[in-house]
Amino acid sequence: MSLILDDLSVTMDGTAIVENLALAVEARQVVGLIGPNGSGKTTALRCVYRALRPTGGAVRIDGQDLSRMPLRDSARRIAALTQEGRADLDFTVEEIVALGRAPHLRGNQALSARERELCRRAMAQMEVLHLADRGVLSLSGGERQRVLVARALVQEPRVLVLDEPTNHLDLHHQIRLLSMLKDAGLSVLVTLHDLNLAASACDRLAVLSRGALVAYGPPADVLTAELLREAFGVEVSVVPHPLTGVPQVLYDLGSATTMEGNHA
Amino acid sequence: MRSLPEAAVPDADDPPPATPSATPPAMPLIVALLAGVLAVSVLLAIGLGAATVPPGETLRFLWAAVTGGSITAGDVTAYQIIWQVRAPRVLLAVLVGAGLSVVGVAIQAMVRNALADPFVLGVSSGASAGAVLVSVTGALTAFGIYAVSAGAFLGALLVSALVYLASRGAGGLTPLRLVLTGVAMAFGFQAVMSLIVYFVPDGESTSTVLFWSMGGFGAATWGALPVVAVVTVVTAVALRRFARGLDVLALGDETSASLGVDTVRFRRGLFVLTSLATGAMVAVSGAIGFVGLVMPHLVRLWVGAAHVRVLTVAPLAGAIFMVWADLVARTLVAPRELPLGVITALVGVPVFVVLLRRRGYLFGGR
Repeated sequence: MSLILDDLSVTMDGTAIVENLALAVEARQVVGLIGPNGSGKTTALRCVYRALRPTGGAVRIDGQDLSRMPLRDSARRIAALTQEGRADLDFTVEEIVALGRAPHLRGNQALSARERELCRRAMAQMEVLHLADRGVLSLSGGERQRVLVARALVQEPRVLVLDEPTNHLDLHHQIRLLSMLKDAGLSVLVTLHDLNLAASACDRLAVLSRGALVAYGPPADVLTAELLREAFGVEVSVVPHPLTGVPQVLYDLGSATTMEGNHA
Repeated sequence: MRSLPEAAVPDADDPPPATPSATPPAMPLIVALLAGVLAVSVLLAIGLGAATVPPGETLRFLWAAVTGGSITAGDVTAYQIIWQVRAPRVLLAVLVGAGLSVVGVAIQAMVRNALADPFVLGVSSGASAGAVLVSVTGALTAFGIYAVSAGAFLGALLVSALVYLASRGAGGLTPLRLVLTGVAMAFGFQAVMSLIVYFVPDGESTSTVLFWSMGGFGAATWGALPVVAVVTVVTAVALRRFARGLDVLALGDETSASLGVDTVRFRRGLFVLTSLATGAMVAVSGAIGFVGLVMPHLVRLWVGAAHVRVLTVAPLAGAIFMVWADLVARTLVAPRELPLGVITALVGVPVFVVLLRRRGYLFGGR
C-alpha cells in the first residue's frame, strides 16, 4: 500500500473544501479522481504534493505522515504535474527537465551521466527530445505539458500526482500519456475531466462531490447513469466500448439537468 | 497532411536524438574574458580623469601603495589622486556594480517579476529619508563621518522590516504582495523625505536628497570599502550557491513544493540577504538605478536563464558596466560631475526598451 489519504480535510476561511476524504492508491495502481468543478479534486492533490497543509487528517506514504517529513524527502517519492504551467524565465526544455533531479541533488551539484541519460529517456518517452534546446516559453501548451510530465518522471518518484494532465494535449498525446501512466509501474493519482479516458486509463475511480467521496471502485461499478446524474447533473447513457468492453459515457447537448447550488 | 499510420508513430519523423547541441557559451572562457576586461577597465578608470595618469604609471603607484614601496617627491600629487581618491572610488564601483546585479537577479526570481530591481521593495526611499534625517538633525554623531551612511542604512533596514511585516501572510511572503507593499512604502518614505526638505529648506538637505536618489561614488573612501566588500562577496557567493533553488522558484510556488523547495523559508532568506546587501550598497553610494534591472536581463540573453550561469556572469558584467558609467559621470562635463543615476538611466532605459521589444526574448510570456 503506497499512498493513503487518511480522512483528509481542508478548510479555508471556514468553508470545508475537502471533508474526511479517505482513499488509498496501491502500488502500481492508477486511481482517477473525478468530479464537477469545485468538488475539491485539486485541493486534495495539492495536499499530496505538499503545496497545501491539510487542516485535518493526513496524507501518508508507506505509513509515514507527509507533514512530518522534510519537503525534499517527500519530493523524492512523490512527483507532481500541477496546473501551474508557466515558468517565468526562458529555460531550455533540457534545463526544465533536469530540474526534476533537484530533490536528489545538493546545491548546484551537476547531473551524473546516469541522470543525464534519465533526462534523455524521459524526453524521448514524452516525445519532446527534439525540443531539448528550445526555450520553454516558445512552446505550445501541449508541448509544455509534455515537458512538465518528463520533468516529473525524471524525479524517479514512487507516486505520480497529475492535475488535469490531458489539458492542452491533442488526442494522440492524451492517449500516449495515459497509456504511459498505466505502464509506468508507479502509483498514480490523477484528476481527469474526460470520463471516457478516465474509464480506460484508471484501475479505480473516485468520485468527489462537494469535497466528499461519493463513490469509489472499478470504472465499471462507478460509472453509472444514476451516479453521473447525481454528481455531474447530466443525463447520460453508459454503454460498453465495442472493442474493450470498458464503460463509455455518451451524452449530447440536451443532457445537462439543472443542479442545486452553483454547479448549474 | 499526415496519413494516419504515420501519425501513430510520430517518432519516425523526429530528428535523430541530437547531441546536446547549442551548448551555452563556455563558462570558463566567458569568466576569463570578463575578468580580463574588468582588470583593464579598473586600471584605465583609475588613470583617467581630470589629471590623466598613463596605465603604466597607475600600475606603478598602485604597486607602491600595496607593497609599501617608495615614490619620488614629484609624484606625490599624482600618487595621492590615484591612491586616495580614484582607487577607492573605482573599487567601490566594482563592488556596487557587481552587488546590484546579483541582487537584481535574485529579487526578480524572488518576486517573480521582470520589472523588479533591488529598489523595488522601497529600500532606496528609506535610505534617502534616513540620510536626509541624519544630515538635517545631526543625529548619529557616534558614527563620525559615516553618520549619514549609517542613517541611510538604518532607513533601508526600517523599510525592509516594514515591508516584511506588512506583506507577511499565512502563505509566507507572496510575490505580488511584496511588490505592492514595497511600492506603497516607497511612496510613503518619499513623502516623509519631501516633508523634511520642505520644513528645512537649506541647500544641504536638497543636495543630500539628490545624491541619494541618483547615486554616485564621489564620497568613496578606503574606510567604507571593507564593509561593502564583505557584504557584496558574501551575497554573491551565497546567491550563487542557491542557484538551483532560484531555478526551481521561477517555476512557481506549487511546483517548487513538489520539487522539495520550501518557498516560504527560501523567500524569507532571500529577502533578508538582499535587503541587507541593498541597504549596505545604498548607504555608501545612493540608489543607482537601472543596473540591477537591466544587467540580469542582458546576462540572461547572453548565457541563458539558468541561475548558476547568470549568477557567475552578472557580477563581472555589472562591475565592468559600473566602472565605465562612473568614469563617464566624472569626466563627461568635468570639472563638474554628473549624478551617476543619470548615466545608468541614459544607457539603461534604451537598452531595456530594445530588449523588451526584441523577438524571442521572453520573460513570463509573449
